[in-house]
Amino acid sequence: MPALAEEQPEGSAKAQAPTSDVVTVPIGYLKQEVERPIPLSRLHVEPEDYGIAGAQMALKDNNTTGRFTKQDFTLDVERVPIGGDAVAALQKLVDSGHHFILVDAPAETLLELSDSVKGQDVLLFNVRAEDEELRQEECRANVLHTAPDRYMLADALAQYLVWKKWQRWLVVKGVFPEDIAYLEAIRRAAKRFGGTIVEEREYKETPGARRSDTGELQIQQQMPVFTQGAPSYDVVVVADEKEVFGPYLPFRTWDPRPVAGTAGLIAMSWHPAHEQWGATQMQNRFQRVANRFMWPVDYQAWIAVRAIGEGATRTHSADFAPVNALIRSKDLNLAAFKGQKVTFRSWDGQLRQPIIVAGPDLPVSMSPQQGFLHEEAEVDTLGVDEPETKCKFK
Amino acid sequence: MPRTGSLAIAIVVMGTVSGLAGTALAYTVYVSNEKDNSISVIDSATLEVKHTIPVGQRPRGIILTKDGKSLLVCASDDDTVQILDLATEEITGTLPSGPDPEQLNIHPSGSPVYIANEDDALMTAIDLAQRKVIAEVPVGVEPEGVGVSPDGRILIATSETSNMAHFIDTDTYQIVDNVLVGSRPRYAEFTTDGSQLWVTSEVAGTVSVIDPKTRAIIKTIGFEIPGVRPENMQPVGVRILKDGSKAFVALGPANHVAVIDAKKLEVEQYLLVGQRVWQLAFTPDEKLLFTTNGNSNDVSVIDVPTLKVIKSMPVGGAPWGVAISKN
Repeated sequence: MPALAEEQPEGSAKAQAPTSDVVTVPIGYLKQEVERPIPLSRLHVEPEDYGIAGAQMALKDNNTTGRFTKQDFTLDVERVPIGGDAVAALQKLVDSGHHFILVDAPAETLLELSDSVKGQDVLLFNVRAEDEELRQEECRANVLHTAPDRYMLADALAQYLVWKKWQRWLVVKGVFPEDIAYLEAIRRAAKRFGGTIVEEREYKETPGARRSDTGELQIQQQMPVFTQGAPSYDVVVVADEKEVFGPYLPFRTWDPRPVAGTAGLIAMSWHPAHEQWGATQMQNRFQRVANRFMWPVDYQAWIAVRAIGEGATRTHSADFAPVNALIRSKDLNLAAFKGQKVTFRSWDGQLRQPIIVAGPDLPVSMSPQQGFLHEEAEVDTLGVDEPETKCKFK
Repeated sequence: MPRTGSLAIAIVVMGTVSGLAGTALAYTVYVSNEKDNSISVIDSATLEVKHTIPVGQRPRGIILTKDGKSLLVCASDDDTVQILDLATEEITGTLPSGPDPEQLNIHPSGSPVYIANEDDALMTAIDLAQRKVIAEVPVGVEPEGVGVSPDGRILIATSETSNMAHFIDTDTYQIVDNVLVGSRPRYAEFTTDGSQLWVTSEVAGTVSVIDPKTRAIIKTIGFEIPGVRPENMQPVGVRILKDGSKAFVALGPANHVAVIDAKKLEVEQYLLVGQRVWQLAFTPDEKLLFTTNGNSNDVSVIDVPTLKVIKSMPVGGAPWGVAISKN
């Protein structure tokens, strides 16, 4: 007699997989808490389970597959408080048998973690840090990056702007090191793809407190004045990673021009309204698991856990060596809702992936753009390509 | 032009067409237009769109019932499968498909109907006459392609994120095996003699030809077209001639249909069609093959004996599925 799933909630498939020979693949997740300034928009407050929810959904995906391959994936999360000992937390995960560990931490912490397990059977996935150095001079053999770096993001945006023939950029920049890093990525992208920076303008002031009752009025005055008197340009490109002033620019510039960069039109690995290539299902699944929208770090954690799942499924193994080798190989073949398979670059461990270029409500495009050619794979026009890499794995 | 009867022979009138296609039986071709919420109705003899039928939201997979009287339409955004009566061209009912139905298939006896529920990791079997769910089978993540063996004993679900072809016994609704294939398997099709199962993998860019008895992969076929980016080689729909001589595979954004020698399992040639070609269907006499081209909003018609693309015709927005009636 056919059985309805309602009668057997976990389904007959589970019963078919004898529990005796099920292999467990433990996955670790280390999150270093950091102080984050309150974002300008209430919509951008970081969820408590940011990233972790993506890993949890991928775990569900892996285990649905694992029912058939007799593999059981587990996820153990270590949250390290501000000022806490991240290295000790990592050691705890390693000691309890975790070979594959996602890390959500600033670059300097990630490097400490990487060095602390050097030479061991441990693979770390950087799901957050966009710093270029981690893929270049400071690259590490035991780290793969599912987070795109700033060069990839800037290149993705620049390709779209050039495709749109908005080639003259008024760059406005903040004063923080992250802003300077993003600015350098924008300068590099302009050179690579034919953008012209007509002027770089620094924003030094702190805008009027938006939460005070007349704060918005001041901003309405400040932003036009700040962008007044620029040479002719097509688009404002803003480098303000900490959201000090960037989100105030759209609709307030002196000249009627679009805003792109860290505000307005933004390059990102994932957008909650992305629905191409079957992404609708991914968004629906995530919203059911997390009761909120999916954002880039969620996606970057999802990919990392899925890569581990693919590694284990394809090699029929939970052992470090074969799974690690498969994840790094061209055979990874990971479907990631971007219209093409994603793999890790052999020269720096960076995940090569198309990048979404999105406005606040909807994706506008996906880079690489048509016409930016590459001998091997067009997606390698984003970020640092093999001939230019400074990475020598340590 | 008036619709010709099912057995009448119509001379194809279009200049270049007539020389290639010669005479053709008049069949009715149904194409689902994902963006327009409609079905385009095409006469296979005149190769003209006759008219358009409004249906539910985001129609994708479509299939004719075995009695030829109805067309089942996955109205994905309405979370239902609609039953379109072909005589009256009216929706006469729905099937309780569960959320977001995309592809479906039918047991050779005419019922049940098998529907992949992408959102729920379930394969649902529905009794067509009673319009009731009779079984739900938990499968891998994002089930999509639905294949049925010619003897009706084995049901296949392909799961896009688990990357598997699940073999399901249609009597017990138990999974008997799972075959790992290339990533994002989209479509499953048996050869008429049941000796092979073809599964397309969209992201891997391959077709896995599987022996259904041993469940071993006989061959994985890849694709290469000069001037087409390898990542655009995204096989989706597949159709195999009844005599097992040739298979046709829609290559998505590569904008080509691959013609495969199904005996040697080697690609013979590539035919340029419209943009983002997804699904295919033969006319019952296997003289013509229709392709749905989602990004150019048209349908290409391939003359099967000569392997020439003889016509493309605009249909509605984002054509997705295609089914061809004997009538």
